[in-house]
Amino acid sequence: MSTREIRNLIVSAVLLALCALLPIYGSTTMAMFAVLATSWALFSGPTHYISLATAAFFGLGTFVTGLWFQTLPFWTLPLIAAVAGAALAALVGLVTLRLSGVYFVIFTLGLAEMVRQIFTWVQNQTGARGMYVLTSLTEKEIFWMLLALGTLVYLAGWLIGRSRLGFALRIIGNDETVAKHSGIDTARAKVLLFMLPGATAAAAGAMLAPRYIYIEPATAFAPLLSFQVVIMALLGGTGRLWGPIAGVIPFTLLWEAITRQAPNQTLLLLGLAFLLIVYVLPGGFVGLWERILRRWRARG
Amino acid sequence: MFILITGLLLGGTYALIALGLNLQYGVARIMNLANGELLVAGGFAAFWLYTAGQVSPVAALLVIAPVAFAANWLVYRIMLVPLVKRAKSRGALEVDSILATFGMSFAFVGVMSWLFGGGYFNYAFLATPVDIFGSSYAQNRVVAFSLAVVIGGALWLWLSFTRAGLNLRAVSVNPRSAPLVGIDVRAASALAFALGGAVTATGGALVSMFFTLDASVGVLFTMKALIIVIMGGVGDIRGTIVAALILGITETAVARLIDPGLTLAAAYFLFLLILLFRPQGLFGRAQG
Repeated sequence: MSTREIRNLIVSAVLLALCALLPIYGSTTMAMFAVLATSWALFSGPTHYISLATAAFFGLGTFVTGLWFQTLPFWTLPLIAAVAGAALAALVGLVTLRLSGVYFVIFTLGLAEMVRQIFTWVQNQTGARGMYVLTSLTEKEIFWMLLALGTLVYLAGWLIGRSRLGFALRIIGNDETVAKHSGIDTARAKVLLFMLPGATAAAAGAMLAPRYIYIEPATAFAPLLSFQVVIMALLGGTGRLWGPIAGVIPFTLLWEAITRQAPNQTLLLLGLAFLLIVYVLPGGFVGLWERILRRWRARG
Repeated sequence: MFILITGLLLGGTYALIALGLNLQYGVARIMNLANGELLVAGGFAAFWLYTAGQVSPVAALLVIAPVAFAANWLVYRIMLVPLVKRAKSRGALEVDSILATFGMSFAFVGVMSWLFGGGYFNYAFLATPVDIFGSSYAQNRVVAFSLAVVIGGALWLWLSFTRAGLNLRAVSVNPRSAPLVGIDVRAASALAFALGGAVTATGGALVSMFFTLDASVGVLFTMKALIIVIMGGVGDIRGTIVAALILGITETAVARLIDPGLTLAAAYFLFLLILLFRPQGLFGRAQG
């Protein structure tokens, strides 16, 4: 490890400790989006494939908790959810990631809705309705669990960035044909990496289920979540590991403010945020920051 | 038999919507995910003209189609040309156009629910039954289907036998070689995008005759249109029509025989089969 890496590691550890001391109002939502957006960017950042499947994985996770929180110890549930999420991601990836990016976007766009329809149908067949998830977990404990998950995501992202897989993905993102010709199994690399946000989102869903108290397919698989995650990650910028968080913090604050003031305007905000990213901030805040840095250095 | 005919009637309208998307994606290379919202706008215009002005939805098409054409032309010229210019590759343009049209669709839904509330809108137009082969069907569905056939047929004739249609097909096949034979690619793309928009809005007006719409239902239609376009093959009119009819029949069969809540799951099942076995489309040839 170089001195710079050691320095970064120490800085991250201090920031993490600070976060752990700060379970204030609203921070759980922020932690949730930080986890989701960061893991989303791990896949979609280097490959430029826009995944809209977050809500499907997340809903799957909440259902894992809803179905088994009474029979199994709670700490096993995020693990089970992570395995289930990774398996679903692998299935989706195997079907779509051999082909061009558009197929992937379209497939993930409707995935949450399709899974919701199937869950609703199964529930109708068995006569079951929604489920109550009543646990003794406090908001603080959920926050700490999410923080731990976020730490894992960061470590995974850091390790992938240093590994052969990360290198392969950067090549795929720049030019898939080149990647193929240099002997990279592009489909395999993409599917493997896609399992990471799948597992993370499902685990996050399992952890957050007690917060919703009542779970039913229509709310657990709300597709809006996928779009919020995309917006936050892109607003922050996917070029750096810390980028998504830079988008999560301002956007959650803005979102909460708008929801309180004018709940009908949230979709408009979402639309305008998308347009802002495409036309004004193509690299997100990270891109903006790097442009400023470059100009600063050129002058100095 | 009932399922088959209902499915065909539904599929005919789907075909028109998907043709619009196929023109936009196949020729202009814009993956327009605001397609469903455009459909809702068309349906809403028909609803508004009918309830406020007693204009028959069939006559309203004469207003809706040109307005949608102009609006889409402007959207392409103002919002999308900058993206086309800066795109380094087809993939980059796809990502940009997906995000931009998502933005437009959310902004549209936001404005719609702000102005008109989240309510549903439908109206009773020709809700009288007609008999075909011993079972009765709503007359508005039959009218919508016939109009879809007429408009789709006209579009096919225009694309196949006119100079302008030939230009569009040439751009669709190879946008980089088209300028070599004197085709203005940007103008052709704008035309295709505007025309696709007009066709989709028309489809929306037809759907509104028999389907209850609300501001947020657009994404469902976008999804179906996308699945049809991929099933039929990008830029392939015949494939689009066949795929739309297959989807219409499958959906009707699933809704009737298993559960009406599973229509999207049924569409996904078809999508999955296509992705696994014929990703180049029903009639497409594998790329070498």
